[in-house]
This record gives sequence, structure tokens and C-alpha cells, in this order.
Amino acid sequence: MSGITHSTALWYASRATGVVSLLLLTGVTLLGVLVNRQGRLPGLPRFAVTGLHRNLSLLAVAFVAVHVVTAVLDPYVTIGLTAIVIPFSSPYKPLWLGVGAISLDLVLALILTSLARGRISRRLWRALHWLAYLAWGSALLHSLTSSTDLHSGVLLYLAVGCAVAVAGAVIWRIAQAGRDVPVEERAAATLDMMAPRSVRPPGRRGPREHIR
Amino acid sequence: MRKQLRVDPTACSGHGLCAELLPELITLDEWGYPIVADGPVPRSLDRHVRRAVTDCPVLALKLLPAP
Amino acid sequence: MTYGTTVPHQARQAQTAGGDGDAGLPRLLPVHGAVPVDLRTHRQRFGDPPYSGQAGRLIPVLKAAGLTGRGGAAFPVHRKLAAVARAGTKPVVIGNGAEGEPASDKDKSLLWISPHLVLDGLQLAAEAVGSTAVGLYLHRNPRLQERLRAAMAERAAAGVDFAGVEIFDAPPRFLAGEESALASRVSGGLARPRFKPPMVFERGVVGRPTLVHNVETLAHLALIARFGPRWFRLAGTADEPGSMLCTLHQADGRRDVVETELGTPLRSLLTLDGHVQAVLSGGYHGAWLPAADAARMTLSNGHLEPAGAFVGAGALVALPADRCGIAEAARVARYLALESAGQCGPCFNGLPRIAAAMYEIASPRPDPRAVTDMIHWAGLVEGRGACHHPDGSVRFIRSALHVFRDEITLHGQGRCVDPDRRPFLPLPRDVALSAADWS
Repeated sequence: MSGITHSTALWYASRATGVVSLLLLTGVTLLGVLVNRQGRLPGLPRFAVTGLHRNLSLLAVAFVAVHVVTAVLDPYVTIGLTAIVIPFSSPYKPLWLGVGAISLDLVLALILTSLARGRISRRLWRALHWLAYLAWGSALLHSLTSSTDLHSGVLLYLAVGCAVAVAGAVIWRIAQAGRDVPVEERAAATLDMMAPRSVRPPGRRGPREHIR
Repeated sequence: MRKQLRVDPTACSGHGLCAELLPELITLDEWGYPIVADGPVPRSLDRHVRRAVTDCPVLALKLLPAP
Repeated sequence: MTYGTTVPHQARQAQTAGGDGDAGLPRLLPVHGAVPVDLRTHRQRFGDPPYSGQAGRLIPVLKAAGLTGRGGAAFPVHRKLAAVARAGTKPVVIGNGAEGEPASDKDKSLLWISPHLVLDGLQLAAEAVGSTAVGLYLHRNPRLQERLRAAMAERAAAGVDFAGVEIFDAPPRFLAGEESALASRVSGGLARPRFKPPMVFERGVVGRPTLVHNVETLAHLALIARFGPRWFRLAGTADEPGSMLCTLHQADGRRDVVETELGTPLRSLLTLDGHVQAVLSGGYHGAWLPAADAARMTLSNGHLEPAGAFVGAGALVALPADRCGIAEAARVARYLALESAGQCGPCFNGLPRIAAAMYEIASPRPDPRAVTDMIHWAGLVEGRGACHHPDGSVRFIRSALHVFRDEITLHGQGRCVDPDRRPFLPLPRDVALSAADWS
């Protein structure tokens, strides 16, 4: 199939909206890491970071919807409506489109649970939200395998950029979290910061920067 | 039956969105943690209160029945 | 009068103002010396627990008696039982023996000497709320736990209990005995307080309605069930009936657990002569009183609360005149700060800063900003934790600033009543630094 160009507008629309979806999902994931680490976007209030995270995710769903519908409607390949949400049920490239369906299912689950925030328990919401990384990862995998678009040129740089950005963000998040003061040590750490040597709890090495 | 705004201090990690979205009722202390005004929530602020409660990244802000 | 014993803490009957004969003291402690009571002796004196055969029967009796919690909060016992009884199905009952307060020994003493009263109370409380899930929450003291297990084995053999009692371990933390921390620990997690609502009596251990009572409260309950509300009210005052256990720290270093009536004058309990400068009432979440004021007060919230103090769990300390009150308060403030569970921003930020400021004030020629900073932080942390640790700590510290203000002035001149800073108040050495320290 590779190398044959399909001149249908639907096929192009599907590929284009697919790329935009991947970019948006990458942005959403990066913003999610930023929200978690209480990071700021320069010049913007704190609620803008969470607001952008939410709004981009909704925009991503819109683009994914177009991406998926145009692909199904396109007459050249047989995909079938149910394959959008039921993984591995498409006649055309069942495996890689299945990965895409998984991604979409996860994104929908994330959106729905987030809309229901406050009505489900905090712990349940948090546990489900970890699936975001899986949603992004499967979106990237689906993008790389469903067509050869991202294998060369600008789109290759884009794909690599997305992967590097999220990987970098995850590494940064883990590193920062590693330096967080554990809950049980927070009071002792604050005392370190404030108090003369004689007051410090035994076994602590000395002052730290900031306790969160 | 008016409700009361309260923060669960064990969940709060000082993101500070609530103070931006609801400055009429919430200010931040010198360490970045919210100080929530006592008493029932005024009706005129209902929309902003609901947004602040939903937008808290850790769901620490709660609207509870008045005691 | 003291009874010579070989048990960990001496316990004796206090000389009460009204004459012990009428009040029927001692009640919780044995009549002839603080010797541990076995089941046979217990049954000889008190008989078997008077099960009513029906849930709820005990509640109006407790209401008439006016029994309030002896764990420090003095909440009416009948209201807690009623709340649990109506909160839902499968309630849990836990006896709280986790006496995290370093200045208090009375729960350990009671459990050591009169375990059967506590265990009776547990069974009767469980019957009253319709529970068969019963537990006892204790610090990891091997000898004490062994003693309790032996007592439970005696009871099992005699068929005295209708519900089995499980022992749960409490970490050696100041907050371990806080109700929601207890519920969290018994549920299998760490002994850290939770935000309320929901209250523990609504959703406590593993989400079930949970009745938590201090072990001394349960002992009183066991006696009220037998002898009735009028008997209970023979001791104490009309507003604050009954007797209670107190831990007394005298200025000469003696440390006793006594049983006394509510309303007893403090000067009958503590020797308040010229060698005492101040009295701490209510432990490390309590408040200081100048010795002259304390000499006029009685062991009752009616007297103590207007003076900013409270009865609490009955820990009373007489501070000798030749000690530095500010240095003592600073040491306690540091302890209280380190005992923060670290969950709530205002608490783990504010209490250590307050403690650091106290140490500044305790040193010669302190920075004058330390006092204003401390007052500012105290106002900032009050009421903003999930539990009352910040509030109680602030009460202790504010009262220290007030009662020891002359000492502060002295420090400003580079002097101190006790430059050696010999420690007087009891404090544990261990500091909690990992999650394991909270389980």
C-alpha cells in the first residue's frame, strides 16, 4: 500500500487531522505534567495552565473525531464504524488501527471521568488519569504505524519531537518528585530550614530549599 | 440551605487556583495555602464557586452542607 | 497516702475535698493498693458485666449519668453511642488506649491495673450500639499487651464476653490516638488524621460507623452500667460529674497517677508552695496557669476554661520556680512540630517556625521580632489543619508566652532564671522520620 497516493479529500483530511490530533495530545500530556508539578506558563495565571490542559484535550477529541470519521467514510479502505472504538476489528490494518481505537477509548474515558470530577472519588479519578500516558503512547504508536507519513520529512521531525518532549517531561517529573520531601519528613525539614543547629532533629543533614 | 466552602488540608498541595478563581472568598497565606472565608456561600458567587471546586487539580476544595 | 507497688506507675487515691467515703473512691483503681486485678478479684468486687440483652438500653442511663469522654475532648458519651447506633449497619467499637501524650500515664496504668473494667466497658458499649466488631488500640508495649491478652484469655475461659476483642498496634506518635488517625490505622493504613466530614462515627474503620472511646471512659461506663447514674453523680460536681484519673507531676519530680473527683481543688492534687511558678493543665495541648491562679482553681472545665486552660486527659504539671518556663515551652513546641503528620500546609509550615521562634526567645538577647512572628504564625495556623494539633499547640504556646512573660523580659536583658536549661517536662527522644514511624 505504501507509495500509492490516494487522491480522495477524505483520506487527506484523515491524515491531516491525525497529525494535528497527535500534536494536541502531546500538548495535553505536557500540560498535564506541568499541572501536576504546579508549573506555570510565563505570563499566565495558574488557572490558565489547567484551563489550557482541559480545553486542548477537548479540541483534541474534536480533531480525533474528524480524523476517525473521515477515515471510515473514505471509500478506498474498509474500516467499519465499530472499529473506531472496538480494537482490532477493522479489516484494514487491524493491529495498528486497533491501537488507535485503544487510544481513542482511553481518551474518551479520561474526558468522561474528568467531566464527572467531584462525583467520583478523588482516588478513583487519579488512578484512572494515569491512563493518559497509555492514551498518548498508543496514539503515537498508531500514528507511526498506520501510514508512512511520519517516516520522513517534516512529519518525522514532528513525531520525534513529540516523543522526545513527552519522554523529557516524564523524566523531569520523576526527577522532581524524587527531590520532594516525603510527607513524614516535612515538619522536620521545615525545622531544618528555620532553626539553629541545636534544634534540628537528629539524623538530618541540613537545610533544604523549600518544602512543598 | 446554603452550603459552606471548605478545603481539605490533607489533599491541598497549594496549587493556588482557587484563590485566582474566587478571590472574594479565598486568599493564600504566606506559604501558598488557601484561607477560606467562613460562613455560607453568597448566592451571587455560585457559578464561580462551582468552577473553583471543579478546577482544583487535587479536588481539595469542597462545598459542604452548613453545619 | 501512697501505696507501695512494683507496677510501672504508682497509683493512689487522692485526698479529695469532700471526703472519699461519700464519693466511693477509688472506683477505677483497686481499694487496697495499685495491684493488678485479675478476673476473679474483679468479679468479686463488681460481678459480671450487666448485659441488658438489647442494643440501646444503656444510652439513656449514660445520658442521666452525664459521663463525658476521658480522652481529653469531654464529649458526652451517650451522644456518641447514639450517633453510631443510628449511623448504619455493622458498627465497629474501638477502645482507645493510645496515650500519645508524653505527660500522661493514666491510660497505661488503668490498663495494667484494671484491664477488666476496660474490657467490660468495651463489651457493654458494643452491645449498646449493636456491634460485634470490637478492638483495642494500644501502643506497642509488649508487657502491657501481654497483660491484656492474658486478661482476655481469662475472660474467654469464663465466657464473660460476647464479642472477641482484637488488639491493634498504635505507633508511638502524639497524634496516634486522634480519632480519625485511629480509624485510619485500624483500617490498615498509617495513623494520620483525616479531614472531617465524614465523622468517624459515620464512616470510620473501613468505612463503617465507628465508636471510639478512651479506655478510662469505658471503665466508667462499665461501672455506670452496674451501679447507675445516681451512684456516678455521688462524685464530682453537678455539671461535671464523676471521678477521673490524673497524672500528676510534682515540682520535686515525683510522678503519680491518681483517681480523684472532678471539682477537686488543684492544690489538693499538686503541692503548690513557693517552689512552684506555674501549672500546666491538660498536657501539651493544654495551657499554663500562674501558680497563684492555679491554687485557686479546681479540676473542672467550668473553672479552667475561662482561664484559657482545660481539664483534658488530666495531665497536671507543677513547674519548679528555678526552671526556665520558656525553654521548657520551646522544647515542647519543637516536639509538637515534629509530631505533625506533615499532611496540612499550615501545620507543617507553621508549627516548626513557631518552635524555631520559641528557641530564639529562649536564648539570651533574642531577636525582638521572634515574639511578633510567633503570634502572627499562631493566628495563621489555628483551625487550618485536618485535626486539632495546630489548635492545641497554639493554645499551649500562647499560654506560655503569657505566663512566662517576665522570663521573656529577663532574656531580653541577657539573663535567665536557669541558665543551665535543665529539662523538666517529659519528652520522648525519638523523632518520626519515615512512613514506618506512623504505622
